[in-house]
Amino acid sequence: MGIFDFLRSRHKASASIAKERLRIIVAQERSQRGAPDYLPLLRREILEVIRKYVNVDMEAVDVHLENDGTHSVLELSVALPGQSAELTGGLRAEG
Amino acid sequence: MNHEAENDDRNAEGELSGDGTQESGAPQPVPSDSRSPTAGIAATGAEKLAEIIVVTSGKGGVGKTTSSASIAVGLARRGKKVAVIDFDVGLRNLDLILGCERRVVYDFVNVIHGECTLKQALIKDKRHDTLFVLAASQTRDKDALTKEGVERVLTELRDEGFDYIVCDSPAGIEKGAYLAMYFADCAVVVVNPEVSSVRDSDRILGLLASKTRRAELGAAPVAQHLLLTRYNPARVINGDMMSIDDVKDILGIEVVGVIPESEGVLAASNAGVPVILDDESNAGQAYEDAVARLLGEQRTMRFIDAPKKGLFSRLFGG
Repeated sequence: MGIFDFLRSRHKASASIAKERLRIIVAQERSQRGAPDYLPLLRREILEVIRKYVNVDMEAVDVHLENDGTHSVLELSVALPGQSAELTGGLRAEG
Repeated sequence: MNHEAENDDRNAEGELSGDGTQESGAPQPVPSDSRSPTAGIAATGAEKLAEIIVVTSGKGGVGKTTSSASIAVGLARRGKKVAVIDFDVGLRNLDLILGCERRVVYDFVNVIHGECTLKQALIKDKRHDTLFVLAASQTRDKDALTKEGVERVLTELRDEGFDYIVCDSPAGIEKGAYLAMYFADCAVVVVNPEVSSVRDSDRILGLLASKTRRAELGAAPVAQHLLLTRYNPARVINGDMMSIDDVKDILGIEVVGVIPESEGVLAASNAGVPVILDDESNAGQAYEDAVARLLGEQRTMRFIDAPKKGLFSRLFGG
């Protein structure tokens, strides 16, 4: 430990930031692996419809497809801004 | 077009024999060489098939070709009969790393198109009798490689009694990379401890599990190994670089080797001598260990700790 190391230790070690970011993105990409190609487009169109009514963030819609063997579940989760009282929570569609 | 350029080059070198066969590779190439160390193995284990190893990564510039060359040489040094194929059509480089660039007459695409025989295109390594190189074509035609053509070449290599076929994949996930991995039994995924390389490697692992012949046939999956390159232990200790365990945790597969960042790697490619032949360099020794592990030996990881610091750097950091 050098006597000047305390100057450096004020920065968070960048390797741990890298690891954390990768953990998240890799997990997300793995969950989408093998999913149909239309999902990103579906997500965008849903987002556009919602944005006609509520000013939501680009990241607000989460589209998730899960396979339960015999049937698949398409889960849509829309995070709405906190102030808007009329619509809160998630939308769930099964089929 | 491509051919004319090569012909010019060859004539300039004066290395072309009249019938267009490769300088030293073609006439007496593949099997029937009773002095070959692999002849005995082939005779006893007649049914043993060649193992196809793909060296891949997704991201470019992480050390695929350097690793392919060293792995191929490492296997050949152990008496295995090895073919190493450059799948990077349009950007031939494996020949340079192996130091045989002036002996390329025919290439992989020529063989696939039936413009020469496989034996004519295989370049015998000058240092190892049992190592043969199949160069990539310099054509710009993206469809030069076909799945049927690649399969034909691999089958012929198997029939010729090769023990290992090392496929040096191009970067990216397009056709060349797809065909390089499609027939593989085993994959060496080359990764740098850096965010984009790790992410791309994960993508490649997904493709290995779904877009290969083994996956399509529902056979045993392609064996996956991580080869960590450009590893800098001092930066890992400083927290500036992800550690071996970090990368292993994220990708979830075992590490077959860790190649330290080393001046020896550039020196080796400058000279056209694969770095595994440089016994002095840490990188060369680390490749030697990695090859041993690929063959099932247990070896502890070396060169993964930072060099000891002197008093000055202890006091002032460094």
